[in-house]
Amino acid sequence: MAKHKINNEIRKLRFLTDEMTQEELADKVGVTRQTIMAIEKGKYSPSLELAFRISEVFEVPLNEVFTYGDTKSSK
Amino acid sequence: MTYHEKRSVVHILSTIALTATYFPYVMNNYMTPGMNTEEILIFWSKAILVLIPVTIVVKIVIMILFSIFNAVATREELPKTDERDRLIELKASRNSQIAFGLGFVGALAAIALGNSVTIMFVFMIGAGVFSEVIDHLSQIYYYRSGV
Repeated sequence: MAKHKINNEIRKLRFLTDEMTQEELADKVGVTRQTIMAIEKGKYSPSLELAFRISEVFEVPLNEVFTYGDTKSSK
Repeated sequence: MTYHEKRSVVHILSTIALTATYFPYVMNNYMTPGMNTEEILIFWSKAILVLIPVTIVVKIVIMILFSIFNAVATREELPKTDERDRLIELKASRNSQIAFGLGFVGALAAIALGNSVTIMFVFMIGAGVFSEVIDHLSQIYYYRSGV
């Protein structure tokens, strides 16, 4: 059975949003830079509330930031 | 090493140092040979009751000093606590409680097997230290491997 995980496009979306830094995103959503880093690396799955706050910052729907699928597809 | 990892290492070292200093001190100075079971119970109860405020004060002082030294050395502000930190603390706390539970069962088993009350308290205190170490080692593990 394939292992599933939450993948994200945060790094790409940061780049497309005036090359926003992890620190800037962290400040906007109210977490630490380490937490943003952990989410980008797939080491932490954010709460639903944080996921919504992140998608609001990038002004895109939630499913354009986070997807749920095979581990392989995240690379 | 991040701030949280360094803080956990400081917690582990201070817990071990405090226990390794406090208990030999009270045992050498206040425990007399030939105490009966009731006197031994009173001795250990007093020793643990005194240890609680001593631990709180010592740890507060150590963490203040650590925060000052860390701020001077890294020139970084104290990181705020967010949902990931709270989740890691919860998971580490769960591991810590399991570790203490095992130690508590060990202490009861020591009594059941006919050992002295002192051995039981040594097991209990050992379980306390072990659970504290497990708590902070778990935090380091979760910060590094993810939750």
